[in-house]
Amino acid sequence: MEALKQELKENIIEQLNLEDMTAEDIADDDMLFGDGLALDSIDALELIVMLDKNYGIKLTDPKEGRAIFESINTMAAYISEHRSK
Amino acid sequence: MSQGVAITGMGIISAIGNNVAENFRSLVEGKKGITTISKINTIHKDVIKVGEIGYTNSQLEHILGLTPDNNYSRTGLIGAIAAKEAFANAGIKDINAFKTGLISATSVGGMDMTEKYYYDYLEHETHRRYIASHHAGDSTQKIAEQLGIDKSLVTTISTACSSAANAIMLGARLIKSGQLDRVIVGGSDCMSKFTINGFKTLMILSDTYNTPFDENRKGLNLGEAAAFLVLESDAVVKAENKPVLGYVKGYGNANDAFHQTASSDHGDGATLAMEKALKVAGYTPKDIDYINAHGTATGNNDLSEGRAIIRVFGEEVPDFSSTKAYTGHTLAAAGAIEAVYSILAMQNNVIFPNLNFKTQMKEFNITPQLELKEKELQTVMSNSFGFGGNCSTVIFSKNQ
Amino acid sequence: MKKVYINSIASISPQKTFDSSEFLNEIIIHEDQVVFAVEPVYKDYIPPAAARRMAKGIKMGVVASKMALREAGLEQVDAIITGTGMGCLRDSEKFLSGIIDNNEQFLTPTSFIQSTHNTVGGQIALELQCKGYNFTYVHGSNSFESALMDAKLQLELEEAENILIGGVDELADYTTKLNKIIHHIKDKKTSSHNLLDSKTKGAVFGEGANFFVLSNKKQATAYAEVVSVKIFNTLSESDVAETALSFLKENNLTVEAIDAIVLGRNGDVEFDGFYTKLSLSLFSNTPQICYKHLIGEFNTASPFGIWLASKILKTQNVPNVLKWNEKNTSSYNTILLYNQYRGENHSFIILKSC
Repeated sequence: MEALKQELKENIIEQLNLEDMTAEDIADDDMLFGDGLALDSIDALELIVMLDKNYGIKLTDPKEGRAIFESINTMAAYISEHRSK
Repeated sequence: MSQGVAITGMGIISAIGNNVAENFRSLVEGKKGITTISKINTIHKDVIKVGEIGYTNSQLEHILGLTPDNNYSRTGLIGAIAAKEAFANAGIKDINAFKTGLISATSVGGMDMTEKYYYDYLEHETHRRYIASHHAGDSTQKIAEQLGIDKSLVTTISTACSSAANAIMLGARLIKSGQLDRVIVGGSDCMSKFTINGFKTLMILSDTYNTPFDENRKGLNLGEAAAFLVLESDAVVKAENKPVLGYVKGYGNANDAFHQTASSDHGDGATLAMEKALKVAGYTPKDIDYINAHGTATGNNDLSEGRAIIRVFGEEVPDFSSTKAYTGHTLAAAGAIEAVYSILAMQNNVIFPNLNFKTQMKEFNITPQLELKEKELQTVMSNSFGFGGNCSTVIFSKNQ
Repeated sequence: MKKVYINSIASISPQKTFDSSEFLNEIIIHEDQVVFAVEPVYKDYIPPAAARRMAKGIKMGVVASKMALREAGLEQVDAIITGTGMGCLRDSEKFLSGIIDNNEQFLTPTSFIQSTHNTVGGQIALELQCKGYNFTYVHGSNSFESALMDAKLQLELEEAENILIGGVDELADYTTKLNKIIHHIKDKKTSSHNLLDSKTKGAVFGEGANFFVLSNKKQATAYAEVVSVKIFNTLSESDVAETALSFLKENNLTVEAIDAIVLGRNGDVEFDGFYTKLSLSLFSNTPQICYKHLIGEFNTASPFGIWLASKILKTQNVPNVLKWNEKNTSSYNTILLYNQYRGENHSFIILKSC
């Protein structure tokens, strides 16, 4: 799980061009949207593609992403349960 | 300076017909043009529905009498067909008799050819002639050539899905200010893998027929189309004793300044655009008889637009419908397609139904017109909204 | 009708132009077939959170627009009108190659969104929270001129007071390759020193963003009055001189009244003839100015001509590197600009000191 969390942080930084950040800057329970990292709906779509590409998880409705992408913790939990690769 | 901006000709090609008459027939008969993809080789062929124009490229080239070595993109081809129909409809014989310009709109331009031959260009010489027809302005230059418009004011607008509405607006302003006596305005966008996949990444494509203003709407269907209007000044209309199809009475463009792709929750930009258009027309909301809504059937647009309409019209929202269920969302051409439909509505005193609607939206109690409705129409408002917060409204009137 | 003034100017180009206190004080001599913009430090202008999704074209456009607003001392404008020939080309390439390389799978929205032509105009509006009129013109070498024409019309009719206009285009690798195989880019490297005399086919391609605040209220900072702008989709070489003359006539000007002519000559032996038609005939006694050897050719290179003409009118100084002939004049009051690309989309503009 810890390795997955680390991997997610690195991927998020790369995929979303969070240039000035490192994995250490993101706490496992930081809010990814809203007050925390302040990601937006376009980032959510980017993350949905990341789930598909890296973990074989397909979301069809962007609304499903809201709960999953709340924090690194919730993302990692969802991925471990549903991943097909 | 010209007081009025008369519409003296129109032309269209879309998924529901290759000319104005065919489009009108489909609108009245409730015949939609949404099918599975047949003309583009994509992995989404069987899953995604679109509004395709019936003709293939070679049929279009044949109609236009082009030689095989032409480098027209499909955007240029369908644009030329629609513009020529508008030109003929306006009975223009001597193009040089009046200062004439062309303002077109497109978002994909020549992307259809670029995506087909992208890597092939480096390997083989065969299709390299299309490299120079990629850029958006090229299709407009081709349309001008087909119409015989040279040494003239010709330009292209690209503001995503409000582009053609903006072309009409600029055209009207150029006539009013006396810079031009006559201007052909409209837009053209062909289907491409680029846009299909682009909208897919935004997760706003429906997997079935689009259902504007329905509670359970699942997103839009893309469509390809082109349409043009001929706008002329009072002086030209008088000199040529022309029949007038209608007038461009008001217009407004505003920016939502909210998000790169999404509309604001309460449609700030849309509200401003409608208000500006009413002001230019010298109308109050009560003067509008029918609204041809943008109504793309995405969750976001229809809610935001519906709320904006309520903000502008209050308790007395006029009859409204979206014709996107017929044609799909034809992107940069949409404003011109729906201009033609608005004029057809006024000419025939009929409101086209909002197809595929089943369930009332929860957020408000306005319901689109669901059946073909006969009603005396003096004025029609047409909305077009695009990415980049771009919101446009055009108002057409039967009389000056 | 109100007069229209250029109240501020800003340029990001393949020369060091973003410091507006300078006027081509040091010249960068380029040697390649493509010349890239000298970029300012974007972070000084755009917060990192906003910049992270911005393509180079957007960054150049947003920063140039901020510079222009700053110089005009404005925080808001009534309208934003941009021109771009190709839009954010790098993102278009990225999305398109993604479609082809990954067989339409795992595509992400960011590059698609940026590829939309009005993305720069939209981003500027978003940054400024400007809910006003927002148009983007995409008509080859008349993209910027269309924006200028539109803004002028609104200001003359007092539909707006301050309008931000600009032109922006960026280079992208694959499109550069394609323009090389069709020889729109020169086959061989050519130095800025002899580009305009190269007598070879094709151009050297460049990129950049040039933004201006236009207003019907003249500020102390004002550079010039925009007297007239006219665009033509086609003209033949033999039409150019006559068209220029009738354009001057429409504006009650004679050839003698023109203190300098700014030509969009780009060193393409096939199409520079259009400029020669003016430089060897009507304007043979007029100081002639060229600039594309410094910044290359691109659809919105021509507003750089407006930038430098504005500088000349304000400073009354013409850097030697811009001079195409030996003619001089005691004062620069009226400047004519002419541009076209590959024989299409011609524009004539008159600027006057104010």
